[in-house]
Amino acid sequence: MHERAFCRPNPDELLRLLSAQELNESRGRLKIFLGYASRVGKSLRMFEEGRRRQERGQDVIVGAVQAKGSGELAEVLSGLEVVPLLHRDGRDYLDVEAVLKRRPQVCLVDELASDNPPGPQNRARWQDVEEILEHGITVVTAINLQHIREQQDAVERITGKRARNCVPEAFIRCADEFVLVDAPVADFSELREVALLLAAEVVESQLQRYLDLHHIQASWGTQERILVCITPHSDAATMMQSGKRSAERFHGQLVVAYVAQDDITREDQENLDRHLELARRLGVEYHALQGRDPIGSIIEFARAQRVTQIFVGHSRQSSWRFWAANPLDRLIEAADGIDVRIFPHPQNA
Amino acid sequence: MPEPHAAGQQRRGHLKIYLGYAAGVGKTYQMLEEAQRLKAAGTDVVIGYFEPHGRKDTIEMTIRLETVPRRRVEHRGTAFEEMDTEAIVRRHPQVCVVDEFAHSNVPGSARGKRWEDVRALQDAGIDVLTTINVQHIESLNDQVLQGTGIRVRETVPDWMMQEADELVMVDVTPRALLHRLERGVVYAPEKAQRALENFFTETNLTALRELALRQAAHQVGDRREEALSIVPQPASAADNPDRHETIVIHLTADPSTAMLIRRGKRVADFLHAHCVAVYIEHDANWSDLSPSEKEAVEKHLSFSRNLHIETKFLQGDNVPETLVAFARAQKTTQLFLARDAGAKQIVKLARDMEITIVARRRR
Repeated sequence: MHERAFCRPNPDELLRLLSAQELNESRGRLKIFLGYASRVGKSLRMFEEGRRRQERGQDVIVGAVQAKGSGELAEVLSGLEVVPLLHRDGRDYLDVEAVLKRRPQVCLVDELASDNPPGPQNRARWQDVEEILEHGITVVTAINLQHIREQQDAVERITGKRARNCVPEAFIRCADEFVLVDAPVADFSELREVALLLAAEVVESQLQRYLDLHHIQASWGTQERILVCITPHSDAATMMQSGKRSAERFHGQLVVAYVAQDDITREDQENLDRHLELARRLGVEYHALQGRDPIGSIIEFARAQRVTQIFVGHSRQSSWRFWAANPLDRLIEAADGIDVRIFPHPQNA
Repeated sequence: MPEPHAAGQQRRGHLKIYLGYAAGVGKTYQMLEEAQRLKAAGTDVVIGYFEPHGRKDTIEMTIRLETVPRRRVEHRGTAFEEMDTEAIVRRHPQVCVVDEFAHSNVPGSARGKRWEDVRALQDAGIDVLTTINVQHIESLNDQVLQGTGIRVRETVPDWMMQEADELVMVDVTPRALLHRLERGVVYAPEKAQRALENFFTETNLTALRELALRQAAHQVGDRREEALSIVPQPASAADNPDRHETIVIHLTADPSTAMLIRRGKRVADFLHAHCVAVYIEHDANWSDLSPSEKEAVEKHLSFSRNLHIETKFLQGDNVPETLVAFARAQKTTQLFLARDAGAKQIVKLARDMEITIVARRRR
């Protein structure tokens, strides 16, 4: 089974890049074509896009192209102005100065993950791209999954190989536009699955950015998000393991929450601590919810997290004693738009 | 590429699906590009159905491809045109291009749905290239409604999608798509304006795009597991814990049942669980039901069967008790219920079971 093979990028890194972008209105737009293997045609797609933009009257140049290529690629390239790569220590690198001097509207950059030779210029091509963007030039570029830093463990696990040069995932995620190039072949490989999921993740964060920017509240998720609500008396192990399995199967997310109680007994506290210890061992994130109305707190949290499934235990008088009406009925009532999955208590199972 | 087959030993045609998330992303164009490549390589390709939508680029891609003329169907005094499946089978190309996989045929056609026509072509040993948008996948219907406010009427069951031999995700950014729409590439001006105001908003498109990417990832993952036999088909040998899972869906006449069925089946598919839909009535003749209720129940039973869910009809005086007893006997791992008045009583009775109360997904 394929576990979520990627971790989220460092949030600070992401935030820094994002705020830098949003502050800078004059920054060029970044568009990235992602492939999951060489020869899926991402470079071709990129240069075709350059040609189309040129036909529509935009000033387009090629900042970096690895080889002239043959056939279709050579044909597309033939109509485009190319700024030649510089060459040192057996390595090609982008002539940033020449690009900035030429000042096109759009610069096409192949092989985003290339490293530059040692010297006074940027260390890597993606930093060259960053510099070009800062000068208000739009960049269209292409990269393979294996060259995304945070994906390299997953790729190595699948292929046994690790690429030397890479680009931080945060840079990819900050692209204004992101396109997956899916190869038109009968290929059900794991690399392809990872690439599709990464693309979905990027699209999801773009959606979130868009919603936040336009102050739109959205309570529905395209991704399954499971909230496991535990009490001291829950069969927390079953619920969390079930949640974990569902989250894996759906390529979704899992979070555990409990409602903090002031008047909790020592025995209950010990039970709860055991559950939370298990959550830590399973690597599941958990939250303590505050509030006088536990059902209200759960629902509020679920909506804010765009949860699609809530896992709870069947009602059990002693653990829900501070609620007058059957709390489970109330939860089901309140969880409109969210599935509720109810689990037996250990003694009933 | 397809090999010529000996008479009487016909192989089933391959199915290749181009998956997109909205009109105008370029599914048909990519499909026709492939058809042109095949033709150039000497394959016998015909167009079985193509919807030009007045798109110049796409129409140009049909040049030099043979089209099998459509069949005219009269319905209530109006003439419609549908794909002529029988004529294609007689013509018997190696590969047939069929646009709009989710299309519903006009009443009076031999088959109700285009995907059924596609199956008929495959049965005849013809390979098919076809196109679909993610919102037309049955099990996503309610999620799409919830997110976009649009109830999609024409759907394809998930098992049909899973039967594809190849799946290609046709990806383009919503921004590029909106540009195409504004430039009038996708629709004529008035229609484009309406589309921009309703369905084609950046949020809708982004959400649908994410759904499509996830759907493609799911199918790729499922197929890989199948190929590696990580997850054998349910109801075979008994050493895999996955296989013991059974999901029981409780059908009623309530309209929310359709949502319940879709969701139950989707969860069952993802968990590789066996799925049974059960309807319980006091007497075998359904004499308590009004004609409209009877019709609704029949609709829900046949809907379940269309989605490849096993259906059961049980007789019992007390519906909750009969249901829970059945679920226990089946060693059910999850009981799926709609959010209606009956659910509370069943939850109280089945405190030893896992029960999922399915949300009403709406805008």
